Amino acid sequence: MKKLTEMGLNRTGVDSSPIDSKDIIGAALNSTPTSLDGDEEIGKIRASYIMNAKPLGTLPVPGTIKGGVSTILEKLAGNRPELLIDKLGERLAFERTGTRLYEAIVQKCRVLDSDRAGIPVATLERFRDQELRHFGLVRDALMSLGADPTAQTPAADAAAVASGGILKVVSDPRTSVLQSFEAILIAELADFESWDMLIRVAEEMELKEIAASFRGAYDEEKVHLETIRSWLSDLMLTKKTAVKESAA
Amino acid sequence: MASKFFESRGQSLEKQQFTWREIVQQPFSKLNDDAFSRVRSILMNGIEFESVMFQHMLARASRDLRPHLARVRQVEQHQQKAVNWMLPPDQSPLETTIGYEQVAVEVTASIAQNEPDPYLAQVYRFGLLEDFDHLYRYSALLDRLEGKDANNILQSYTDILPGRPTIEEHRAALDNLRRPYDRRKAAPISKINVCLITAAEQQTENYYLNVGPLFSDPVARQLYAEIASIEEQHVTQYESLMDPDETVLEKWLLHEATEVYTYRSCLESESDPRLKKIWERFHEYELGHLHYVMELFKTIEKRDPEEVLPEKLPELLTFANHRSYIRSVLDAEADLRTNGMDIVKREDESSESIAYRNQVNREGSPSQAVAAGYRWIPGTELNQKIA
Repeated sequence: MKKLTEMGLNRTGVDSSPIDSKDIIGAALNSTPTSLDGDEEIGKIRASYIMNAKPLGTLPVPGTIKGGVSTILEKLAGNRPELLIDKLGERLAFERTGTRLYEAIVQKCRVLDSDRAGIPVATLERFRDQELRHFGLVRDALMSLGADPTAQTPAADAAAVASGGILKVVSDPRTSVLQSFEAILIAELADFESWDMLIRVAEEMELKEIAASFRGAYDEEKVHLETIRSWLSDLMLTKKTAVKESAA
Repeated sequence: MASKFFESRGQSLEKQQFTWREIVQQPFSKLNDDAFSRVRSILMNGIEFESVMFQHMLARASRDLRPHLARVRQVEQHQQKAVNWMLPPDQSPLETTIGYEQVAVEVTASIAQNEPDPYLAQVYRFGLLEDFDHLYRYSALLDRLEGKDANNILQSYTDILPGRPTIEEHRAALDNLRRPYDRRKAAPISKINVCLITAAEQQTENYYLNVGPLFSDPVARQLYAEIASIEEQHVTQYESLMDPDETVLEKWLLHEATEVYTYRSCLESESDPRLKKIWERFHEYELGHLHYVMELFKTIEKRDPEEVLPEKLPELLTFANHRSYIRSVLDAEADLRTNGMDIVKREDESSESIAYRNQVNREGSPSQAVAAGYRWIPGTELNQKIA
């Protein structure tokens, strides 16, 4: 395992070079901005673009609807089926990337021998396999609704932008196991909340089979979250937390 | 008799080889490495980029030189990748931009002070104050968009102050052209300086063109477009200093001399032993390229390369803070403008530039908006708001 962050020659911050810093602080203090307006000027530009912005994109029309075939989706017409398809598309993409995220952390933990620090690679491999299964669950749900599981929905796109940094942290060879798991915690928190909401949306639309099939995934995501939290506690606190890895 | 500048033959071309592992090495540390290590990496990427692109342009115009260019470029392209891949992945595009502007400010200041030709030195000082302002605008953006302090990239070497306001840097096309040096009279270091700074500015423009559209924030997208437009003006300005009557082989020879000179400047100043090894290795490679082109110059043009190359190693670039010098230039020359090829007082600026500027700024100025009321303080301006 990599050691925790150590003291060293970090050159950021004004205290790293006090003489130069004093000089540049004084110069900045005595300077005159070329416009004396405040940061509301930025807001004006942003507002004009927000007012005129087009959305990221739209949902693809399901193939079955294109062909005029009656589908479950059509029956949901009054229940905002586009919301469900959009969020299912998001979950599918998140779980698919989540599988790759766990592949990356499995590799890192194996190389760094995290088993010795109480983070079993076998557990991570199980989580990886579960993420893959969750991807399959959502794919099947989309197909049962007549939607295309290979399409990228706007919610999937936005969520991928939002979580883009997580994979970047984990796949960086220089980041520690602690830093990697802190990034994964962000993903698991979002994942857990999102499964909960997705089940509630499916239930509201009376898609009982889909909602039931998702509950297993929700339970597994809960274990992922608790386990990651527990490992982070173990890595950062000297007093061990009550929730142990055995919960997985 | 060989001069000191090129008496070493360096590494022969056939021995210049790479593996992917050598090309993609451990990046430098954004937090721990000296800011000037970042400056050198960014600068050398620009120098290599120029080298590769120049050779491509030449290859498109010369059947005879194509095989020679292909051989040398095979190495240059991998040098560029090795150098550019030193940038660390935790450095955001905007943080890297701060690094690019630190390069523009500190390297231009170094060149301006080394330059023996008064007109060329004036042109460098003119450009310096514009890049200096870009650093201030991007610092404001970094603070106001991402909540980050640009000084964590600059490490207190470089001031974050307004320069010649970017809003006033927009000029009519012909007011960006400058008077070229005379190839028969100009000092070799003057030619190297022009080649070097053109490369740095071209790469900066390319970088902004690539990363500008990656931003979601409309203010950032506008600011990158605006400053990339000035960088294009700078490329126009600096490349117009080159004598168009130089032969293509003369230009190639100068490019290789510039690379030798710049790698030498890097290796002499580098504090990181790992990076120093890279600069040493590539300095040897460039000497090899220089000698390869010197032979072409002798056999094809029947000329002595010593006509073009410096007799001895010129004074090297100084990778250090130039705050005192820059502040004096700022006090004296921020108000200068252009009229054709001349740098003139504000009141003598060409009417074409004023008209062009009024037109392009007609719907507002991103560089003004982003830094409205902005004064840098440590820890971002939010640090002041909670004080």
